[in-house]
Amino acid sequence: MKKLVSVLMVFVMAMSFAMPAMAEGAIKMGVIGPLTGGAAIYGNAVARGAQIAADEINAKGGIQIELNAQDDEHDPEKSINAYNAVMDDGAQMIIGSVTSKPCEAVGAVAYEERVFMLTPSASSPAAIEGKDNVYQICFTDPNQGSASAEYIAAHNLAKKVAIIYNNGDVYSTGIYQTFEPKAKELGLEIVSVTTVPDDTATDFSVQLADAKNKGAELVFLPIYYTPASMILTQANAMGYAPTFFGVDGMDGILTMEGFDASLAEGVLLLTPFSADAEDDMTKNFVAKYNELYGEVPNQFAADAYDAVYAAVAAIEAAGITPDTPYEEVCELMIEQMQKLEITGLTGTMTWDATGAVSKTPTAVKIENGVYVGME
Amino acid sequence: MIQFLSYLCNGISLGSVYAIIALGYTMVYGIAKMLNFAHGDVIMIGAYIAFCAMQYWGFPPVISVIAAMVVCTALGVIIERLAYKPLRKATSLAVLITAIGMSYLLQNVALLVWGANPKSFPSVVGLGALSMLNGQLIITSETIVTITACVVIMIVLTLFTSKTKMGKAMRVVSEDKGAAELMGINVNATISLTFAIGSALAAVAGVLLCSAYPTLQPTTGAMPGIKAFTAAVFGGIGSIPGAMLGGILLGVIEILGKAYVSMELGDAFVFAVLIVVLLVKPTGLLGKTIHEKV
Repeated sequence: MKKLVSVLMVFVMAMSFAMPAMAEGAIKMGVIGPLTGGAAIYGNAVARGAQIAADEINAKGGIQIELNAQDDEHDPEKSINAYNAVMDDGAQMIIGSVTSKPCEAVGAVAYEERVFMLTPSASSPAAIEGKDNVYQICFTDPNQGSASAEYIAAHNLAKKVAIIYNNGDVYSTGIYQTFEPKAKELGLEIVSVTTVPDDTATDFSVQLADAKNKGAELVFLPIYYTPASMILTQANAMGYAPTFFGVDGMDGILTMEGFDASLAEGVLLLTPFSADAEDDMTKNFVAKYNELYGEVPNQFAADAYDAVYAAVAAIEAAGITPDTPYEEVCELMIEQMQKLEITGLTGTMTWDATGAVSKTPTAVKIENGVYVGME
Repeated sequence: MIQFLSYLCNGISLGSVYAIIALGYTMVYGIAKMLNFAHGDVIMIGAYIAFCAMQYWGFPPVISVIAAMVVCTALGVIIERLAYKPLRKATSLAVLITAIGMSYLLQNVALLVWGANPKSFPSVVGLGALSMLNGQLIITSETIVTITACVVIMIVLTLFTSKTKMGKAMRVVSEDKGAAELMGINVNATISLTFAIGSALAAVAGVLLCSAYPTLQPTTGAMPGIKAFTAAVFGGIGSIPGAMLGGILLGVIEILGKAYVSMELGDAFVFAVLIVVLLVKPTGLLGKTIHEKV
């Protein structure tokens, strides 16, 4: 009798595990990014942008998507924990990780386990290097650095340029390393190159004084918005007003609580997405995002929205179903991504076998506390 | 030359923030003979309270600073009661570990309450900068206020500990707790008062720190806390004028080191100087050598 009961219990237990997988009709995607911590603005924007895209796709009928967003606090180790959590939950592919270092860490594991990853925003070359399973929606860092230099030269923004970069960060250093040679090649004079040791640095007086004394008309800041906000405040306090030029890490500065947006007036940043664009797709996305979350979406939200649409386009083309095991999904996605051409919020994108995207960079200027597209 | 003066001003500005934090460290160490590693985090809490008072409740800056001081004073006394008082007889190592634990607790509570997104702290000073030599040398109003506050606090604390009855009681407790108790001094109340004063200073330091360097997040107090502790040791821990001197020198060394030696090694340079000073003068610049009678 006892034996019978235990056999029965085992059967019930096995069924209860098997049931959800049978009942589900949705393709599961894991979203990994910093939902808390210093980079939380990026992670939350990605989770929200991806959710809006998934809701739109689900509303159409056809392919159904289920997202599971996990926090990694912008920490490589925690990112792997988040990866394990979404995979245990039955994810068939990953949207993420949002930031570069965690993406490198997760990518290494996902490469071994054959899980397809599409990162909306991890821009370091190492995120995709040597991994055929990782694709990017955003530019790689080298691309951002040289594109910034080209933009500055083409629009005659300045002749004398200063750079302040974070030499403890692959993202910042990567952009700097491609910006400098390109800028020199285009005849820009780099008068001052200074560094910050990490994102917790608070005093930038030495760096700014150096740029000011050497007469830099433009300061290139390939850093995140938190230190950038301090640089803007301190430059203002010392009466130094050059043009500040940032890259996608600068995105988010306007939504920082308590930040005096007038300090960011006139700041330029290279970003493939501008929320004030006039096309229907952007208008629709911005309206939905604003309605749901009460703020204007940044580039990360747009990247995530595009990532979900790109993934779904590839899923459709490959005929992936909710029952396709993740190893198989990975090979099918790799094959389809290289054939794909899709127009999203951040431009028309194609991919090569390395996983890097190609699209045209654009810049925005901050005017009266909002992004205004530049041409 | 002007370049050098400008770096010097920036150094003094940074140093005055270290000095004001170091005053709190040295105060507690001098009297209670314990390193309150949670001091940096009390600073962070103080800054958050002032931030909330200004941004959410719309208080004017002065009231916000007072609110922060009241909350921090209460917090300091509660921390002392709950975490340090039961360990009065324990080894100093146990107290040290408790202080580190308290530091993490405060950081995580702040993470829970205020979230992890960094906030931009509006300056409580709100005056223009002082411009000299045709704008080549600029001293911000935050620097002037911080230095003034630092000097005033130093003088008041020195007078308090040397002239008033409570202050004398503090000095007695610092020299010999047992004997102080025999003389009828309430040791526990005296140590509580020390924490209250130290924490009120922390609130002021937090507000001034964030006014000068406006990013506020749960780890804001950590690095300045360590630097200020270094400053206190540098100046001679337990000595009130020493904390001020140590703080300002540390700030100047850090900025000049970054400007003239190496941008990357600014912090390392600071600690290298500390090591050299301690090798030559183990009690710090103004520290007293205590000879114990056997």
